[in-house]
Amino acid sequence: MATLNVNGTVRSHDAEPDTPLLWVLREQLGLTGTKYGCGIAACGACTVHVDGVPVRSCVRPVSTLGADEKVTTIEGLSPDGLSHPLQRAWVALDVPQCGFCQSGMLMTAAALLRDKPRPTDADIAAAVTNVCRCGTYNRVKAAIHRAAGQTARG
Amino acid sequence: MDTARPRPAAAPRARRPDRPVHRARRQFLVSSAAAAGGLALGFHAPLARAQAGGALAVPSAEVNAWVLIHPDDTVVIRIARSEMGQGTLTGLAQLVAEELQCDWARVTTEYPTPGQNLARQRVWGNFSTGGSRGIRESHDYVRKGGAAARMMLVQAAAEAWGVPAADCRAERGVVTHAASGRTVRYGQVAGAAARLKPPAEVPLKPAADWTIAGRPLPRLDTVDKVNGRQTYGLDLQLPGMLNAAIRDCPIVGGRLRRFDAAAVLQRPGVKRVLPVGETAVAVVADTWWRAKQALDALPVDWDAGPHAGLDSAAIARQLAEGLDAPQAAVGHAQGDARAALAQAARTVEATYAYPYQHHVTMEVMNATARFTPAAEGRPARCEVWAPTQNGEAALAAAADAAGLPASQCEVYKLPLGGGFGRRGATDYVRQAVALAQALPGTPIKLAWSREEDMQHGFYHPVTQCRLRAGLDAQGRLTALHMRLSGQSILAALFPQNVRDGLDPVVFQGLNQGGAEGALGYAIPNLLVDHAMRNPPLRPGFWRGVNLNHNAIYLECFLDEVAHATQQDPLALRRQLLAGSPRHRAVLDAVAERAGWGRPSAPVDGLPVHRGLAQIMGFGSYVAACAEVSVSPAGELRIHRIVAATDSGHAVNPQQIAAQVEGSFAYGLSAALFGEITVAQGRVVQTNLDRYPVLTLAQMPRVETIVMPSGGFWGGVGEPTIAVAAPAVLNAVFAATGQRIRTLPLSRHRLRPA
Repeated sequence: MATLNVNGTVRSHDAEPDTPLLWVLREQLGLTGTKYGCGIAACGACTVHVDGVPVRSCVRPVSTLGADEKVTTIEGLSPDGLSHPLQRAWVALDVPQCGFCQSGMLMTAAALLRDKPRPTDADIAAAVTNVCRCGTYNRVKAAIHRAAGQTARG
Repeated sequence: MDTARPRPAAAPRARRPDRPVHRARRQFLVSSAAAAGGLALGFHAPLARAQAGGALAVPSAEVNAWVLIHPDDTVVIRIARSEMGQGTLTGLAQLVAEELQCDWARVTTEYPTPGQNLARQRVWGNFSTGGSRGIRESHDYVRKGGAAARMMLVQAAAEAWGVPAADCRAERGVVTHAASGRTVRYGQVAGAAARLKPPAEVPLKPAADWTIAGRPLPRLDTVDKVNGRQTYGLDLQLPGMLNAAIRDCPIVGGRLRRFDAAAVLQRPGVKRVLPVGETAVAVVADTWWRAKQALDALPVDWDAGPHAGLDSAAIARQLAEGLDAPQAAVGHAQGDARAALAQAARTVEATYAYPYQHHVTMEVMNATARFTPAAEGRPARCEVWAPTQNGEAALAAAADAAGLPASQCEVYKLPLGGGFGRRGATDYVRQAVALAQALPGTPIKLAWSREEDMQHGFYHPVTQCRLRAGLDAQGRLTALHMRLSGQSILAALFPQNVRDGLDPVVFQGLNQGGAEGALGYAIPNLLVDHAMRNPPLRPGFWRGVNLNHNAIYLECFLDEVAHATQQDPLALRRQLLAGSPRHRAVLDAVAERAGWGRPSAPVDGLPVHRGLAQIMGFGSYVAACAEVSVSPAGELRIHRIVAATDSGHAVNPQQIAAQVEGSFAYGLSAALFGEITVAQGRVVQTNLDRYPVLTLAQMPRVETIVMPSGGFWGGVGEPTIAVAAPAVLNAVFAATGQRIRTLPLSRHRLRPA
């Protein structure tokens, strides 16, 4: 049994070493908040943090994660699932439509805010390359600004 | 709020056993919590009550099919249509709650199942969720459901008090008898109300009196989407469940010939390798990833079938032939367009084309099925859990695939990770049922890979259009012939609706009248006809459907006419729309807000150019003005879109704005990048690397004008998509002088004028 440090807990699993982290999270550990969208790191729905860095988990073999590397998923973004500033902003601005891409959006945005607490529109455009087919992009941008405690600027 | 006076004499009685919705909702309930005060009472409350086991003094009561009220005053509103991001769940709940006069903070929702609908003589009406019909075709009966429930609640309170119902009123979930000052909460009288005869006459409020509908309320289904808790079809876990990955023949019209199961059966987790129908093979394993790995390693032979040589060039030739064909079905005719064209002082002609598009729902196709064989006197049963836009069609498909009567089947609808028309189809349901039948008693979750999803779509149909305009000596438009040539969705999916070669849906936006798209322009000699040409790649309803390309053809060509006659594109449209005030009003609104006719401020040193488009479809009037720049290197930037929507009534303006914003993301993805091509009988694009879609960096600012003029009910999920492309293409012409008549735009090299 291999182990994985996810959301502050060491979990064991029996996935083959080349299994993408995404499928270990979803099928071995029951953390289905992280989504499968494309399987080729093109859409970002599978974004999680590894030691705070956003990673597209659909192409990251689980065996490449060291025992000391900490994985954070959408389920671990805040203790209650509501209190991260981004989650509050997302609810306040009614960002999601179908919602399927939003876990990845939020994890990408959370990593951005950690690096750049007050991002510009250009910072957001460069960092948030996740695909949303419902077209929530402008509300995503507004919610990131809101969470950063600033109004939108160009 | 509670009264000190005695409660109504009639104690609510226990649930009626003939109402199956309650049993089922305990087995499997899809619910969403109110964003505000009702949050904690949402999904888990009924389960918690059930587990509390009879400790309740007052049970929950179904006042009527639409309204269930718990003793704590939580109101559960039944929603028949599917929520796929478009906000219909919240909008429909607002309409019921408006008439129910309940406390919005205590509103939750649930889906009745298609099986329950069948058992109750379709009490919830149509489950189909497409064509932007969710609200516009059920507003009347859902409001009457809410109003009837309110009348029964008031009646129950009045009877308990021994006063006339007319002397009582309901507000925010409380019935008040003003003369005596007595009040009672809905939760206290719901049981008594449920036993009353429903009223025969159910008057509805005028929209002017709305307090819940018509307001920009937050959605009811947001919270679980920001923490990963929402269970989409792909996320479903059932005890003992196995997972299946599938590969359908990648060649259009091809079949499965043979596969070598022994080559993969020893792989970890693999349970079975099974043919599915005549065209597909699936691997069933303990996890989907293991099933997918085995499927990728599985040797498969395909029978290529009759279309192995099909390619996009052949499809284009097939359509081009239709542009000149003598036979065509007439959709709209005024005067004598052919004669007027022959006599015109001058003609303008252009040919346009629109490629296949894929839906790219973020969540790939999937369904879970369990087949339970007959045993010990119990009949066989087939259950399906699926994200579907059409629960009733999914039930019918499950029954057909299982070979059982629909009464022995059930479909549990799950939240959709996008639909856009794709999930109105039931191909994935049939596949899941076929697999479940091969493993009786075991739930099988079938999930497609993205590659499978993209290669087995129901694609936005391909069309071409030749337009000829006749002008008189003064440059006035006297005649227009629009010859559409291309694929009919109905011919492929609902051939019974095609009569004498005429598919009425292909004329969306170009009709003489009607909700599905009245052409607003008055053109004295008009002929709109369609030469049906059906390539073998299966078409489907793709958000916006035929309005999408019709709007491009019409609105870009009108721009061509304007420029050919030195007329302002707005002025020409306004003149032709003189008799169509609603079309003209949305156009005027965007022109005014965008500053049409006034110089635009350069961005990053580049001049900004504007383009206009308007259309009517799905019951609503929409227009857009796009502002773009093109750099010397040919880079197109879309800076701003001003959009206007007149949907008659606007149930939730901020959700309409969200749909309008999203429509530009969807419509511009297609216009800028979207193209499915065919080579050697196969769809060439298999994933987002070869079928790019719009990203945040490319998303323009969108300013939405919601301008309900009242008196009708239009849809909002789709119409705006149609104006996205032509507004931008017309702005591109203004910026470059290049008239783009084939899409996607990324195939063209732009040069600033």
